Amino acid sequence: MITSKKIYKIIPHVVLGIMSLFAILPIILLFMASVTDETTLMMNGYSFFPKKFSSASYEYIFKAGRTIIRAYGISVIITAIGTVLNILMTIFLAYPLSRPNLKGRNVIAFIVFFTMLFNGGLVPTYIVYSQIFHIRDTIFAMLIPSYLMSAFNVILMRNFFSSSIPGEILEAGKVDGANELQTLFRIVLPLAKPIIGTIALMSGLAYWNDWTNGLYYIVRRTDYYNIQNVLTNMLNNIQFLKTSSQMQGINVDLGTIPSVGIRMAIAVMAIVPVLIVYPFIQKFFVKGIVIGGVKG
Amino acid sequence: MNNNPALKKKNRFLVYLRQTWPLYLMMVPGLAYLFINNYLPMFGLQFAFKKINYTTGVWKSPWVGLSNFTYLFKTADVYEAFRNTILYNLVFLVLGHALALFVAILLEQCMGRTFKLYQTLILLPFLLSASVIAYLAFAFLSSDNGFLNNTILKMFGKDPITWYSKPKYWPYILTFIHIWKSIGYSSILYYATLIGIDKSYYEAAVLDGASVPQQIRHITLPLLKTTIITLVIMQIGRMFYSDFGLFYQVPMNNGMLYSTTNTIDTYVYRGLMEINDVGRSSAAGFLQSVLGFILVLTTNLIVRKVDRDSALF
Repeated sequence: MITSKKIYKIIPHVVLGIMSLFAILPIILLFMASVTDETTLMMNGYSFFPKKFSSASYEYIFKAGRTIIRAYGISVIITAIGTVLNILMTIFLAYPLSRPNLKGRNVIAFIVFFTMLFNGGLVPTYIVYSQIFHIRDTIFAMLIPSYLMSAFNVILMRNFFSSSIPGEILEAGKVDGANELQTLFRIVLPLAKPIIGTIALMSGLAYWNDWTNGLYYIVRRTDYYNIQNVLTNMLNNIQFLKTSSQMQGINVDLGTIPSVGIRMAIAVMAIVPVLIVYPFIQKFFVKGIVIGGVKG
Repeated sequence: MNNNPALKKKNRFLVYLRQTWPLYLMMVPGLAYLFINNYLPMFGLQFAFKKINYTTGVWKSPWVGLSNFTYLFKTADVYEAFRNTILYNLVFLVLGHALALFVAILLEQCMGRTFKLYQTLILLPFLLSASVIAYLAFAFLSSDNGFLNNTILKMFGKDPITWYSKPKYWPYILTFIHIWKSIGYSSILYYATLIGIDKSYYEAAVLDGASVPQQIRHITLPLLKTTIITLVIMQIGRMFYSDFGLFYQVPMNNGMLYSTTNTIDTYVYRGLMEINDVGRSSAAGFLQSVLGFILVLTTNLIVRKVDRDSALF
């Protein structure tokens, strides 16, 4: 006989099991589509169990997909540079703000904090970057707007410094004749590894997944597109061609656009780095959500 | 030697600076970035009251008073955009938090490896970019070879549906995708509070013969009250903002779907980039920024009353 106690033991596993499947199945479907033979895909549609497999999409990308490989390279480089700069700027702003005797630190902390409450929004931001700094169609457009530093992370790191790094350690460093930079790099930062890891992760993910900077600021120099921009562009082009050919009753040559399988293979390539890194960083990630979330 | 107090003070300040100047110097890049990325755009909110002329320069463009706003309110789709933004946020708020709470409670019942597995998988969609999510949605919804039309609907003997041209389905689709993406994230927030609850409460309740639903109702929920209220109020503060990726990418910027997918963020974007109507766009953006600011201040005041420690300031 099944007792109600047993049912309450089973329910969580049933529900969470289903939810886990829901989370993972779309990604599996995408992967399956990328290794399905093109004609099978056109005939039977997307399927978890394709009748005929093919690696043609991936072969095509590695042989002829120069745009795609370049966009992938841009993603990797921008993510790497952006994350390093982000971490350095965050540390350099957060550390002085954590020093209790620094004159003017409350004013500066407020300047940082206020940006979390109020912002100009897209139109002024776009005008400032494109009309004053002329960032459009330069590689800096992929690096600088929005993601270079987050005020929230600065405050998170300042709080970590002031609560987890004892003042005596800093004093001891001073007695030993270390200057400010030496104290920061030799004493403080080794102790701050967990928070640096968390912020690096969030920043890296934001850069890797970003598609808005390319959308806003890259107009002609599409060779600066990252992998996300290439994905967006392809999907929109197809949609555009389809609607316009339906409306005007003409047949548009769809042969110029990569096949469904190739598009899905590119999407898989955009996910894979995240999936590879995820298991190793999951702990940091959950920690980041918990410390950031309630106030984020 | 020197007894002039003013001079003494100045000297002390110079000594202070000699010791601490590296600290001030290292703040310069970060502050410069905030100035460029955040403060200049705040000053740029004045563009909402100007007729922007790119050739004479944006700062020299002529003032036009409120004409951008009167023009804005003459267009019908701005009401639609505000309505959609608020309605979606309300649905996301209620459904999102209820489900997150539910999942957090379920997660807490699981132990060790299975817990880790569930948490890892449920959080996975949160890591995906909006572009990738649009592809996933397309794999299911594409009218020619999407999974829903070709497999699910076929199984039930239903006719295929052209999802990308039927606005009435999109509130459900977008709500589903939003929850799918965010549930892992928000359930972790609740879970973090849950594991802090003293286990002896539950032990005592079991001794008294309380069932699991009773334990949840009389122990878990009351103890989570503060967290729930705080998180909900915080989210109300973001009522005028929407996930641009979700509303722009997933419906693939499709004109036929605007009536149920247009939000303030997509409206502002399209006005600025696609229709080249900066005036209207900046007026809508101005309203979003200012109303958003007022809302954040108000909600924060309320959070302070509920739970001082959770307030932003």
